[in-house]
Amino acid sequence: MNDLDFNAWTCPLPLRDYPKIVLGHGGGGKLSNELVENLFLPVFSNESLDKLSDSAQLDVGEILKNGGRLAYSTDSFVVQPLFFRGGNIGHLAVCGTVNDVAMSGARPLFLSAGFIIEEGFEVESLGKIVGTMGEIARKSGVRIVTGDTKVVDRGKGDGLFINTSGIGVIPEGVDIAPHRARAGDVVILSGEIGLHGIAIMSEREGLEFDAPVESDCANLNFLVEEMLDVTKDIHVLRDPTRGGIASALNEIAKASNTGIRIYDERVPVPDAVRGACEMLGLDPFYVANEGKLLAILPRERADEMLEKMRAHEFGQKAAIVGEVVAEHVGMVVAKTPFGSTRVVDMQLGEQLPRIC
Amino acid sequence: MKYQQEFRDPELAKKLFREIDAITTREWAIMEVCGGQTHSIIRNGIDQLLPDKIELIHGPGCPVCVTPLELIDKALAIAERPNVVFCSFGDMLRVPGSDKDLFRIKSEGGDIRTVYSPLDAVRLARENPEKEVVFFGVGFETTAPANAMAVFQAKNQGLKNFSMLVSHVLVPPAIAAIMESPTNRVQGFLAAGHVCSVMGFSEYPPLAAKYKVPIVVTGFEPLDVLEGIRRVVAQLENGTFEVDNAYERIVTFDGNKAAQTMLADVFDVTDRAWRGIGTIPLSGWTLAEKYRAYDAEHKFEVTGIKTHESPLCRSGEVLQGTIKPHQCPAFGKECTPRKPLGATMVSSEGACAAYYNYGRFTATAK
Repeated sequence: MNDLDFNAWTCPLPLRDYPKIVLGHGGGGKLSNELVENLFLPVFSNESLDKLSDSAQLDVGEILKNGGRLAYSTDSFVVQPLFFRGGNIGHLAVCGTVNDVAMSGARPLFLSAGFIIEEGFEVESLGKIVGTMGEIARKSGVRIVTGDTKVVDRGKGDGLFINTSGIGVIPEGVDIAPHRARAGDVVILSGEIGLHGIAIMSEREGLEFDAPVESDCANLNFLVEEMLDVTKDIHVLRDPTRGGIASALNEIAKASNTGIRIYDERVPVPDAVRGACEMLGLDPFYVANEGKLLAILPRERADEMLEKMRAHEFGQKAAIVGEVVAEHVGMVVAKTPFGSTRVVDMQLGEQLPRIC
Repeated sequence: MKYQQEFRDPELAKKLFREIDAITTREWAIMEVCGGQTHSIIRNGIDQLLPDKIELIHGPGCPVCVTPLELIDKALAIAERPNVVFCSFGDMLRVPGSDKDLFRIKSEGGDIRTVYSPLDAVRLARENPEKEVVFFGVGFETTAPANAMAVFQAKNQGLKNFSMLVSHVLVPPAIAAIMESPTNRVQGFLAAGHVCSVMGFSEYPPLAAKYKVPIVVTGFEPLDVLEGIRRVVAQLENGTFEVDNAYERIVTFDGNKAAQTMLADVFDVTDRAWRGIGTIPLSGWTLAEKYRAYDAEHKFEVTGIKTHESPLCRSGEVLQGTIKPHQCPAFGKECTPRKPLGATMVSSEGACAAYYNYGRFTATAK
């Protein structure tokens, strides 16, 4: 993510004289067209989008000629602040949906992007965010083929909301879903947890740390492709975003009627995240990630898988953190380094910082 | 990570478990006073690894749990007012009042803010002179200095739109109340380390002597808790009842004098109702007369509050250590973190929530 230079971004054509979004930019008239032609198209440009038809027309014959199925996912992004250490809402909007599609083992191909912009939002900020989206889309090998822009009255939005949806192709022979976890499978985590959540929270609360925490926001589709090269017999993939690994593992345990056992000391938690969590009274297992995945697969492929993952830039700290068991069905249980156990429950809502 | 990982060392912990095991010859009931200690015990499963003869009783040291329902209802009534910005630490937001919680008020349009420091609330008051900013000042001696500082600063800055809803509680009177209770089973205490970092532990020798009960000032990391337990057990086995400090890296006998000076200036000691326990004489703080203008109860004149507790909730018995959370018939059934009947099920430091979140598996397995 560090190769993007937000400062170097300039609007290809000045948008009339409006440094801020006005209601007219969503009105469907000339101002709307200008926004599309001068801001969105230059960044997102591709054969399908450039036609500006009401819907994207996609040739899928070639893509599906070897069989396979489509994966389709949508996600809305309402993060505050819009710009944070390690990325901005544009990163999340592309990576989030790319990753959701990739978690079914699919190769993501096409994205839609819908923007709900609050009147008065800086055009320059919008430009930066859209620029990021274009950059990350290219990096992820996906095209943004259709989009929409609406402007809402000042005070009726929170600066900018983005919705993206994505379509990808699941190769023949791949069947990845939460219910497929089996007792005896291993649980692999692709790297350190808690970075995104703590980056956002420290920005939001104005907390300063010695070593600032950067969001781990990343597109995981190529990591998934490499993993599928090791074996198509991956049972579950999940990106533990909101609710962290605790919520993701609970969902898997419930969907598959298995129990999941994890080992506290095997879960990589960066010092800075641990420190911030201690201070705020949070549990890193429940903190959001945006560039990590959990993989559940047969134990016999685990070593090979780890080796492959660790060779990838987004899987360098991959580790086996636990296993799927036949006991305590529907529950996630952690083994402490002391030899005791505790239930890692699904959290109710947001984690609430403790009083003391 | 100094002072964190090194106080979580599994090998040293095992050594302490073995030592405790070796010195324990009889059954002992020990109370950890502070919710932070309960949290650490349950999260690390310390209770599972102690000798069966040692029973840990989870004390009333979770500020969220002991804040009286009437005060929660007052908070809700104030937070509902149109011109109020109501600031609170995060875990008070979900504490149920008689019929709603602060989250509900927020969803209904109330301006509720989670802050990390009461001074943030003072800043909000300064930045929003047209609003009434109220801070929910709950907690033990640990959080009190910062709250006192907030009121002190608000007065110094001449802010007229800042006030605090105060429900501060004090540990030593609670220890006395527990020891006076006819159903008391507690034989030794782990005193709350961070309370003592502020107040020191000069208040404890008279309690230890009067009730013939060993009191060990104890920290929060697993090794701290184990060392505290080891020292209490050693005293119980030897028949001594001294006050001992097992948290020397933080706590001194006299405590933090500057904080105490601030506290004495801003607060007066008062009788205080503890949710689930009842009124304990001289067990809390209220704003001193000269800070009356900053007292939200006074400023907003919230009256006509009629509270109703769930008849199923037995959190009072849990807080006094006469039953374990999972021995309450409503535990995990009518009462869950999703639909808490009492405050002990709300805070992650509350004994019921701690049992529910971390101990459900082992509690049901036994």
